[in-house]
Amino acid sequence: MSGTHPGLSNNFIHSGEKFEWSKDNAKSIKKIISKYPSERKQSAVMPLLYLAQEQNNNWISIECIETVAETLEMPKIRVTEVVSFYSMYNTQPVGKNLVQVCRTSPCWLRGSNKVTDTICKQAKCGINETSEDNLFTVVEVECLGACSNGPVVQINNDFFEDLDEESTKKIIDNIKNNIPNTIGSQKGRKSSENA
Amino acid sequence: MSEDQNINIKINQKEIQVDKNLTVMQACEIAGEEIPRFCYHDKLSIAGNCRMCLVEIEKAPKLVSSCTMPLMDGMSIITNSKKVEAGRKGVMEFLLINHPLDCPICDQGGECDLQDQAMYYGFDKSRFKENKRAVDNKNMGPLVNTIMTRCIHCTRCVRFATEVAGVSELGMLGRGENAEITTYLEQSITSELSGNVIDLCPVGALTSKPYQFKARPWELKRTDSIDIFDSVGSNIRIDSRAQEILRVTPRANEYINEEWITDKVRFNYDGYYQQRIDSPYIKKNNKLEPTSWADVLKTLKLKLERSNPLALIGDQVDLETGYSIKKFMLSYGKNNVECRTDDQAILSNLDSYRFNTPISEIEEADLIILIGTNTKLEAPIINHKIFKAYNNGAEVFNMGEDISLNYPTHYIGSQLEDLNSNKLTKALKQSKNPLVIVGPAYLNNIKSSDTLESLFSFAQKNKIIDDKKNNLNFLNSHASRVGQLLLGNTSKNNCQPFSSINYQEYDLVMSFSSEVISKNCFKDTYKVYFGHHGDEGAMCADIVLPTPLYTEKNGIFVNIEGRPQEAKKCHNPIGLAKEEWTILKELSNQLSLSFEIESFEDLRSKLSQEFPDLMKFQQIIEFSENSNFDKPYNFENCSISYPIENFYMSDVISKNSITMAKCVEEILPKPLLEKTA
Repeated sequence: MSGTHPGLSNNFIHSGEKFEWSKDNAKSIKKIISKYPSERKQSAVMPLLYLAQEQNNNWISIECIETVAETLEMPKIRVTEVVSFYSMYNTQPVGKNLVQVCRTSPCWLRGSNKVTDTICKQAKCGINETSEDNLFTVVEVECLGACSNGPVVQINNDFFEDLDEESTKKIIDNIKNNIPNTIGSQKGRKSSENA
Repeated sequence: MSEDQNINIKINQKEIQVDKNLTVMQACEIAGEEIPRFCYHDKLSIAGNCRMCLVEIEKAPKLVSSCTMPLMDGMSIITNSKKVEAGRKGVMEFLLINHPLDCPICDQGGECDLQDQAMYYGFDKSRFKENKRAVDNKNMGPLVNTIMTRCIHCTRCVRFATEVAGVSELGMLGRGENAEITTYLEQSITSELSGNVIDLCPVGALTSKPYQFKARPWELKRTDSIDIFDSVGSNIRIDSRAQEILRVTPRANEYINEEWITDKVRFNYDGYYQQRIDSPYIKKNNKLEPTSWADVLKTLKLKLERSNPLALIGDQVDLETGYSIKKFMLSYGKNNVECRTDDQAILSNLDSYRFNTPISEIEEADLIILIGTNTKLEAPIINHKIFKAYNNGAEVFNMGEDISLNYPTHYIGSQLEDLNSNKLTKALKQSKNPLVIVGPAYLNNIKSSDTLESLFSFAQKNKIIDDKKNNLNFLNSHASRVGQLLLGNTSKNNCQPFSSINYQEYDLVMSFSSEVISKNCFKDTYKVYFGHHGDEGAMCADIVLPTPLYTEKNGIFVNIEGRPQEAKKCHNPIGLAKEEWTILKELSNQLSLSFEIESFEDLRSKLSQEFPDLMKFQQIIEFSENSNFDKPYNFENCSISYPIENFYMSDVISKNSITMAKCVEEILPKPLLEKTA
C-alpha cells in the first residue's frame, strides 16, 4: 500500500482558489441551519462540510474549512477537528471517481481482493493513489454495509454489488469511455433478494 | 453548604459525609485518597479520556473513571483493591506503548506526572511488539516547544486554550492512532496566557522553549515572588541556579491569579540580564562615563546642597523604596514626589484608584462595562476573569475604541457620555450585579475631577456602588502605582499631575526607574537616574546610579486590589548596584539630614508603624470611608489613548528580552509590528 487514505490525512492543503458557496448550496445551507437553535448553529457543521466537499470536487481544502467556519461562526480549529475525524471528508484532492473497495470479511470471502486488483490494473493506479488521467482514486475501506451483496465497490455516490473480475473491468472501462453503468447488482438481482 | 446537600458514602469502608454535587474523585480527595490522573484538572472541564483515575464502585460491574462519575447516596467506593491496581496498570501500559523512553533528555524529567505515576503503575518492560507511532512536532510559536511523540492526548492544553485563554486555536486532529494535538495550521498561539499550557501538560510534550535543556528541577533554588509587569500581582515562583534565573512559573493563589501567569512575566527573564547598569555613571562632555560610588555621591551631594529637587517614581518601584524616597524628601524639607507620571486622575480616596471588587469576585458580575481599558493587554489575568464572567452569562459592554478582546463585547461609543445610551441603561436596569472597569485610556486623559466624581454618581445611581459592594474599579498596568499612592507619593492635583508640574521650579530631578525624564520638558534640568536597565531615562541622565532589580532585593508590592505582597530576593544585585534606600541614606548622611532609617529591618518597622495596613501581606486593605457623590453627571469629552499597544514590549525589561522580541515577530499581527518598528 502506498500513500495514505485521502480521508485520513491530518495534512490540510490550500487549493489556492477562493471558496464561495454556490447559489444552490447557499439556499440549502439556510435550510439546514434553520433546523438548529440559533445559538447552536455549529451543529450544522457536518452537512455543511458535505456540501462543501461536493462543491469542491470531492475534497475539502483549507479554504472550504474557513468558509464553513465563517458561515457557522465557529473557530476554524473546531471545523478542522471534525474534518480530520471522519474519513469520508477527503483532505486531499481525489480523482473524478473515488473508488472505495470494501475489504471487510464478507466481501473478502467473496473475492474482494481480486476486485481490488482488477480495479488497480484497469485504473492504472495503486491503492490510495490517483491515476494519471485524474479519473480515478482507489481506496480500500471497511464495511460499506451491503454484506449480502458482496463484493461491493462504491464509486462516488453509487454502489456496485455482486462484483467479479469481469464485471469490475467493465465498470471501469465504461467510466473511461463515458458509458453509463448499471448501478447496484451486476448480476441483475433486486436489492438483496436470494441469489 | 446546607445539611440536605450532604450524602453519606463509603470510601474504602470508611464512612464520610460529602456534598452530593461532587464527583467520585473529589470525594476521594476529601477523604484523603490520592487518585492518579492525567486529563483531569480542577480548573478545566472534565474530559474523562485518560482513564487513569479508575476506581471500583460496589455493585458496578466494571471499574469506573472517578473524575466523570457523580456521587450517589450510599455509594461504596474502593480505591485500593487489587482490581483497581490492575486496571490502572493496564491503562498505564497502554499509555506507555507509544510514549518514548527519552526521559533522560526530556525537560519534564523530574517533574513529570507520567514519570511519577509510572513508578507506581508501570511495568519494567513492554509487551508491545508492533511498530510504535511517531508524530511530527508542531509549531506553537516562540514560547512553547513541542515533542509530540510524547503526547498522551489528555487534551488539557486544548481545554485550557478554549476555556481559560479564550482562544480556540488548539485542537485534536484525527482519531485513534492518528490523533494529534496541534494549533490551527501550526500557527503560533496568540494568547497572552499561552505559557500556562507548559505547566498543564502532564508529560513532556509541551515544554518551555527558552528553558529547553537548561536545568533539572532538583538543581533549582525556589524563590517566591510577585509579577511586577502588570498591576494584578500574580504570584510567581522564580527558579534560579547560582546567580541566574532560569525560569519563572506560577504559584497558586486562588484570590488572584489562580494557577495562571502571563507570558510576559514567564518568559521575559532573559531581559533581566541585558543592558544592565553595572556601575555608577556620570556625564562628562555629553558622554556617560563609569565612575565610583564615592565620586558620584560627592557630585550629587554638591548638586543637592543648592537645588530644589523633584522625585519621580517609576512603574515597578517597591514600597520600601517609595517610603525611603518620601522620608528623604521630607528630611530635605520638600515633598515634591510624583508617581503618577502617566497623568492618572484620582480623587483623594483609596477607592478612586484601585480595583474595588476583589479579583476573585469579578466572575460573579452579570454585566461588565469596560471604560477605556484593554484588559487583554493591561491585565490578562483580569481579562480571563471577565471571560469567566462572560461564560457565566454576563454581558460585556465596551467604551473607547472598538477593540477585540477574547470574547464578544457590545461597543457603545468612544465618549463617557455614551454611558447614557439606551442599550446600556436598559441592560443596567435588569442587571443584579453590574461591574465597571475604568482604564488608563480615559483616566490618563481626564482633565477635571468633576468627571471622576460623575463616574461615582453614575455608579451610585445604577447600583454599581451600594452599601454592600463597590464595583466601580480603576485599572492601571503599573505594579507600583497603588502602593505609591497609599504612601502619598503624589501631588495634590487630582488630574494631570505630571503635565501640570511647573518644570522651571525644579533644577534637579531624581528619577527612580522612570523614563519620563527623557521628555523634552526636562531638557535643562539636572537629571539623576536610579535604575537597573540602560533605558531612555538612563541615556539622557547626568548621573546614573545602579539599583537592583525586583529579583535582587526584598520588596513589597501592593496589587491593584490593594493587597500587599512580598517579592523575595532571589540573588545578589548585578555589578555595583545598591538598594535605593542605602543610597538615599548615604546621601542624607553627607548632607547631614535626619533620614532616620538605619537598616532594612528598621525601614520595614518604620513603614509598618506609619502604614500598618501595608505590612499585612495578602490582606486587602480595608477602608471605612466610601467616596460618596450624588449629583448630576457631567462627563467631559476627552481624547482616549491606550497606553499599551504591544503586550510583549510594555516595559524596559521586556524590551530587552530576546524571547519577547521573538514573540513580537512571530505572534503579533504584521500591521502592529510595522507600527512599533
